[in-house]
Amino acid sequence: MNPAAAGAVHRPVLLAADRVSRKFGAFTAVDDVTLHVMPGEVVGLLGANGAGKTTLMRMLLGVLATTVGEVELFGDPPDRERRRRLGYTPQGLGLYDDLTVRENLAFSAQAYEVSPPELPEALRPVADRLIAEIPLGLQRQVAFLSALSHDPEVLVLDEPTSGVDALARATLWDTIREQAEKGVGVLVSTHNMAEAEQCDRLLLMSNARLVAQGSEADIIGSTTAVAVRTSAWARAFAALSAAGQPVMLAGRDVRVADADADQVRKVLADAGVTAEVTGVPATIEERMMALARAPEGP
Amino acid sequence: MTYAVRSATVRFGDTLALDDVSLQVEPGSVVAVVGGDGAGKTTLLRSLVGKVQLARGEVNAPAPEGIGYMPATGGSWSSLSVAQNMDFVGGIYGLSGKALVSRRDQLLERASLGHSVDRLASQLSGGMRRKLGFSMAMLHDPALLVLDEPSTGVDPVSRVDLWRLVSEAAAAGAAVVMSTTYLDEAERAASLLALDSGRTLASGTLTDVLGSFGGAIARTASPRRRAWAWRRGREYHEYWPTALDVPFDAVAVTPDLEDVVVTLSMLKQHESELAS
Repeated sequence: MNPAAAGAVHRPVLLAADRVSRKFGAFTAVDDVTLHVMPGEVVGLLGANGAGKTTLMRMLLGVLATTVGEVELFGDPPDRERRRRLGYTPQGLGLYDDLTVRENLAFSAQAYEVSPPELPEALRPVADRLIAEIPLGLQRQVAFLSALSHDPEVLVLDEPTSGVDALARATLWDTIREQAEKGVGVLVSTHNMAEAEQCDRLLLMSNARLVAQGSEADIIGSTTAVAVRTSAWARAFAALSAAGQPVMLAGRDVRVADADADQVRKVLADAGVTAEVTGVPATIEERMMALARAPEGP
Repeated sequence: MTYAVRSATVRFGDTLALDDVSLQVEPGSVVAVVGGDGAGKTTLLRSLVGKVQLARGEVNAPAPEGIGYMPATGGSWSSLSVAQNMDFVGGIYGLSGKALVSRRDQLLERASLGHSVDRLASQLSGGMRRKLGFSMAMLHDPALLVLDEPSTGVDPVSRVDLWRLVSEAAAAGAAVVMSTTYLDEAERAASLLALDSGRTLASGTLTDVLGSFGGAIARTASPRRRAWAWRRGREYHEYWPTALDVPFDAVAVTPDLEDVVVTLSMLKQHESELAS
């Protein structure tokens, strides 16, 4: 079904969508998306809210039917047996606030008919505390441990690191990469573009469609931004803003997303602002903003 | 006029929420307070706007009418429309008639909410709701604008949009303090304060923070000490006290903000483990 996977006899596709669409009434939430996740790879799913990421994930999990197209889990349509081999953490974590850490883990282990996981050092002091009483970073670790307790072969993670500090985020990524090294395939959505470098491959969704995939450079494509360095930054900012340019502060510089350097030079010259103007590669966010500003897409 | 919190200590019962933390912000600039859940960001911001009593330290802030504050909960009322939310807050600040309408419409236009004035706040997307909260905090043109996690849980496109609004407020002369869990937002601010469990991990401009970092960071496929290493994709970054300690098969890298914040958090955790 997928050219990249066709010759991979020894590396079965874990998770696949083949030209999948989903409509809700007249609204198309996912439009003609094809993707696959192989063993041992971490695939990052990026996109604005409403781009279709969660709908796509729910179809891959087999909890939401496709309108058109096929979804495969371990080479066949998702069913109860195949879903047992999958680990999932939803955005809302899926833990019980009024159960303790230990009780939450025992509950999910029982559902999968496995023994509860051993607690890592960080969670031991809070083993008998209610989930609602422990910090978000630790809650996320519990959700992870719970999703991993039955040794899943595929992990689907919906914004697993949202709201936690840098060290807690590093700890969670340690776990994700460890799983990938064991051969688990991981599909992870994130709003934190700094995490793009943690992934082996990226997929970018916009307006229900998959619009780019590959490395960070592939995702950014030909979108550029303009950096403006000047001592009169407030005046530069006001002039560019008045000219309708998407202008932002970046430290002591002014930055214009999705813009042309010559155009920026002209606006500044007309306003009598002396500045050093340089074209620079866009960030992933700026690429996403450019897509949102041109809804018909590339 | 520099606004500031100096050497603030805050206790809630037995919990030390802030331990000798200082923050200062100049008009026309943005200061980012960065940290995770429970780091003390909200307590610090609430101290600055006079909503929390300090056990020690002092606050220098404008009178309440000079402060715009957006709480982490968003600050808007779900059952009021966008326009009603704005009008209600405008009334509190004594704005009415044409002045209120023109200021309101201008802010909503900038926040791309011009077409949503009659929608209930509860019907807005997360990103739109934050932009409404921002516009409400900006309504009376405050000298000090304090935003508690305006971007948490907001998608990347709305985050860029919010940052554009924050930049605009600073360019127009406001002193802006915002808390965030995103390090890239801290990198874009004029200066930053990184908090962890109520204590200062690092503060200053990005250049100051990176420049004052004493250790060395090495890129490696096989870290020597797993407890001092963390992932960067398939490889690791590992902390070493000095450049001389970096093993021959590892490559020293120029530390970025994430390297510095992760390392300082590890060192602090290590310190408190030794102390206990």
